[in-house]
Amino acid sequence: MTPVLAHTRPREASSTVANTPPIYLDNQSSTRVDPRVLETMLPYFTEDFGNPHSTSHAYGRIAAEAVERARGEIAALINADPRELVFTSGATESNNLAVKGAVHFARAHPQRGQLRDHIVALQTEHKCVLESCKELEREGFGVTYLPVKPNGLVSLAALEAAISERTLLVSVMAAHNEIGVIQPLAELGALCRSRGVLFHSDAAQAFGKIPLDVEAMQIDLLSISGHKIYGPKGIGALYVRRRPRVRLLPLIDGGGQERGLRSGTLPTPLCVGLGRAAAIAGVDMAGEAERLRRLRDRLLTNLARRVPGMRLNGDAEHRLPGSLNLSFPGISAQALIEATPSIAVSTGSACTSATVEPSYVLRALGLSDTLANASIRIGLGRFTTTAEADFAADALAAAATRLKGQEDAPT
Amino acid sequence: MNPADPRRMAYTETYLDWNATAPARPEAAAAMSAALARCGNPSSVHRWGRAGRQMVERAREAVAALLVGGDPSNVIFVSGGTEANHLALLGAGRQRVLVSAVEHDSVRHAVPGSETIPVDCDGVVALDELDRLLAADPRPALVSVMFANNETGVIQPVAEIAAIARKYRALFHCDAVQAAGKFALDAGEIGADLITLSAHKLGGPPGVGALLVTGGLDLAPLFHGGGQERGRRAGTENLPGIAGFAAAAAASAGEIAIYDRVRALRDELESSIAAVAPDAVVLGAAAPRLPNTSAIAMPGIAAETQIIALDLDGVMVSAGAACSSGKVGPSHVLAAMGVGSDLAGSTIRVSLGWSSSEADIAHFLRAWTALYRRRRGFTDGARAA
Repeated sequence: MTPVLAHTRPREASSTVANTPPIYLDNQSSTRVDPRVLETMLPYFTEDFGNPHSTSHAYGRIAAEAVERARGEIAALINADPRELVFTSGATESNNLAVKGAVHFARAHPQRGQLRDHIVALQTEHKCVLESCKELEREGFGVTYLPVKPNGLVSLAALEAAISERTLLVSVMAAHNEIGVIQPLAELGALCRSRGVLFHSDAAQAFGKIPLDVEAMQIDLLSISGHKIYGPKGIGALYVRRRPRVRLLPLIDGGGQERGLRSGTLPTPLCVGLGRAAAIAGVDMAGEAERLRRLRDRLLTNLARRVPGMRLNGDAEHRLPGSLNLSFPGISAQALIEATPSIAVSTGSACTSATVEPSYVLRALGLSDTLANASIRIGLGRFTTTAEADFAADALAAAATRLKGQEDAPT
Repeated sequence: MNPADPRRMAYTETYLDWNATAPARPEAAAAMSAALARCGNPSSVHRWGRAGRQMVERAREAVAALLVGGDPSNVIFVSGGTEANHLALLGAGRQRVLVSAVEHDSVRHAVPGSETIPVDCDGVVALDELDRLLAADPRPALVSVMFANNETGVIQPVAEIAAIARKYRALFHCDAVQAAGKFALDAGEIGADLITLSAHKLGGPPGVGALLVTGGLDLAPLFHGGGQERGRRAGTENLPGIAGFAAAAAASAGEIAIYDRVRALRDELESSIAAVAPDAVVLGAAAPRLPNTSAIAMPGIAAETQIIALDLDGVMVSAGAACSSGKVGPSHVLAAMGVGSDLAGSTIRVSLGWSSSEADIAHFLRAWTALYRRRRGFTDGARAA
């Protein structure tokens, strides 16, 4: 499984973990860079290292061509025009740029005197959307944090009721990072379009894993991440619709790169890596999704059989192929994770997993604090094998049974 | 350039655009490759996440060590110099922001309504003007002056600027993107509250940079989200980029002495040009400069023409900052120095790096001299000098 790497010194490659690394089942948090992606990136660090904005010479032009090729590969996966994609440093920046950029532009350029100063976001959005919204509230904008149904899905009726004359933008995550649920994007897009409201979707988890079509789904702004799809960290993109044109104010101004929407030297190797990762994801998306779905269901069945009372959080049907969020009533998730050092899973979003507070996402689904603290997230990925999934089921089931026997009180 | 690339020139290529970007140092490439082969989110609590966290903390030390007296706990990793400059100028939240007239666009454009500190004819900040500006308005201010200019290499009197800022209780931000790794920097001497660094200018990867923030300074984030970088910069850390940055920083901090050799090469280049072309002008030459940078005007010949001619001869330089693609506008840096638009429009930037050689300089001089003689109507017909 370990890719052969140019420039890798064996000493360094093995220095982080003292013994066998645990089986990696935290693919929502981050993914291993696909060796094919890495191979495509490497020359752009050392040989074709030019600044893609230095188009007065060959090094710069080669870099610029590579960046544009990558932009095309990303666009192709969501049925967009390459000119509609802005490279960013990651999905956090994309989400900040989408939400703040749209709202700030609307404030700076009010349409026909009509004030649009309201946003609707689900209570279960990623922290970076929610925190951006909170910042906008401090600036005087209105935000509705819309509750979700117990299965994690949006209620279209509730959303429709929340949209007012003043609503500018609706932000709904395409596929959820913690609970894996996939929202009805086409219905959301149609509703937003019919109400004249911008539709932003954080697709960090969905892009490259499920079919996305910004035209069919009427998405105006779509956030994309590199390191969730076996591409590099430090790169993401924001799709910004051109027709009808969505206008944003940039968060970062300066050299005027990315059509003025995002200044800063584009990191050519990272752009190339994201492009290649998108292209690979597009090749056999349906086949890979089917493989992961089977693997996920197998893991779930194995666990459910051996751990009575275990429950799946989030809708069972509308769900990312590799994603599970499971509650083990009466068992502390922290204890469960500590009891299974041979697998790497998490209690939820990586951004907040170092904190001891119960997941706000699971709380929004109606789980009690105790049950939320008894929940883990499992993310299967491209490099997960059947043997690994079986091993994980065994390890988790054994640990759960043992902990249940001890009747550990959650701390 | 990849030798297999069909666009590769058939003859020698000489890269003298190091201020735009530098190739990754071998140490940086190795560190990145190793880090790219691992996965894990440094915020995750499992073993792979913890290993990533450790790597980030070690990298903070290496990056801080670019400055004598640099404090690792002050390092915030960001996506590059442009973001760092924005985070500094916007995050500090000062009512007044004063930026020198020769700052990079990412500083000049960061805060709408920022005021301009003039420079003298060598491009050096007018200290008395700065004092006067700060004295004139008592609102809390931030002063942003770069350590060294990207187009001319001119070094600013940062210690004096810091002292003036301190006198008026203004914050001092210093964009040290071009200086770091090329020049021995001392955090104490610079005296800045905020310092911007970029990886790809010193042989690290593009897509990563750092803002050094003096302890205790309250900084509002530019990106909101997960509480990474102690709440000051949300977003999953770019682990391989940070690893590459650290490796490049360690390598360049240990090799500052190489720039004595680079300075000799640059000086040789300038004196050779002076000998061939008495009318050529080196901008900012009277001021202290970075050892690697030369802004050279060939009067009467448009910079674009020079760059294309040099490119055809396999020599890669630029007309100034490499920003929005293809843009060749008048340089605000040269304009601020009072350089006329004719002279400014005929100025190119030549910037060397640690691996620049005698042969590179000779190649540049051959190409530059040939163009000069051609355009000056020399009739010997020889392309080479």
